[in-house]
Amino acid sequence: MSEELDTGFFADWLRAAAAAIDREAAHLTELDSPIGDADHGSNLQRGFTAAQAALEKEPQDTPGALLLFTGRQLISTVGGASGPLYGTLLRRTGKALGDAAAVPLPELTTALREAADAVAQLGGAAPGDATMLDALYPALDALDAGSAPGDAFPAAARAAAEGAEATVPLQARKGRASYLGERSVGHEDPGAASTALLFQALATAYGEGA
Amino acid sequence: MAGGEQVGIVLVSHSSEVADSVAQLARELGGGEAAPVVGAGGAAGGGTGTSSERIADAAHAVDSGAGVALLADLGSAVLTVKTLLAEGDQLPEPARLVDAPLVEGAIAAAVTASGGADLDAVAAAAEEAYQYRKV
Repeated sequence: MSEELDTGFFADWLRAAAAAIDREAAHLTELDSPIGDADHGSNLQRGFTAAQAALEKEPQDTPGALLLFTGRQLISTVGGASGPLYGTLLRRTGKALGDAAAVPLPELTTALREAADAVAQLGGAAPGDATMLDALYPALDALDAGSAPGDAFPAAARAAAEGAEATVPLQARKGRASYLGERSVGHEDPGAASTALLFQALATAYGEGA
Repeated sequence: MAGGEQVGIVLVSHSSEVADSVAQLARELGGGEAAPVVGAGGAAGGGTGTSSERIADAAHAVDSGAGVALLADLGSAVLTVKTLLAEGDQLPEPARLVDAPLVEGAIAAAVTASGGADLDAVAAAAEEAYQYRKV
């Protein structure tokens, strides 16, 4: 694969993400049980599965269109807060990519960062609040530091996983978990864990396509 | 207001029963020419959650050209309304998420909208509900 990431790669990424969420749905819901409403895994599973089914019927022909379409599906079908949050992440990324047929890594990183800022604004959250942002921003920093997808994607996957683990000692400041105050300490944030899966899927999709 | 158009009100809750019951209460207390108030609660497949389609459908149903005020309970209800507003083409124009307590805000909004006030006044009335101290 060249350094340009084409529609086929983005389709592989979303397919790998749907598979990872399907595989880990029970674990994500388990993480959500003590601090949330025990639906994170099942909500995301429903959303990503519906998005894959919709894409089979209506394949999209650019990376931007693919992300916009999938984001719309997530907003419609997830049913929990992760729907608008991940939907906004994908749609803002897709919007930033425009109608390019293929995207170099720095452009993808810039688009993802714009989208992450939109997610932070939507949720009114900041890094350190024990949210998906605590996996997302470290992953973007790793993408920035990487020179090519082959090293940047695995590094981003590691950074996101470490960021998710680092939410364990944090007190949640957003969502239902924030009502628990100090009792939210000692739990990995489910949104950070699912974000880590998305970046794991990014590395998997590239590794298998290369 | 020209044509007697009234601001429409949509109540978004994780529970369809909460949304529909609060809407009924607000309509009952709204007064004579009651403005349209509808609930958009629960997940798309039934059960607890939020449905962007239900919210968009409800907003279009209560829209008569004077605008739509949306009140939400918390979490995904708030985030979904904000996301629909950010999309720009999903809700009638003008539509606004009103920062108000769901029950008290809905009643204040319904009374104000039923009197023919515009969207700014309806939103302000609902937001003022936060100032009503109970003790």
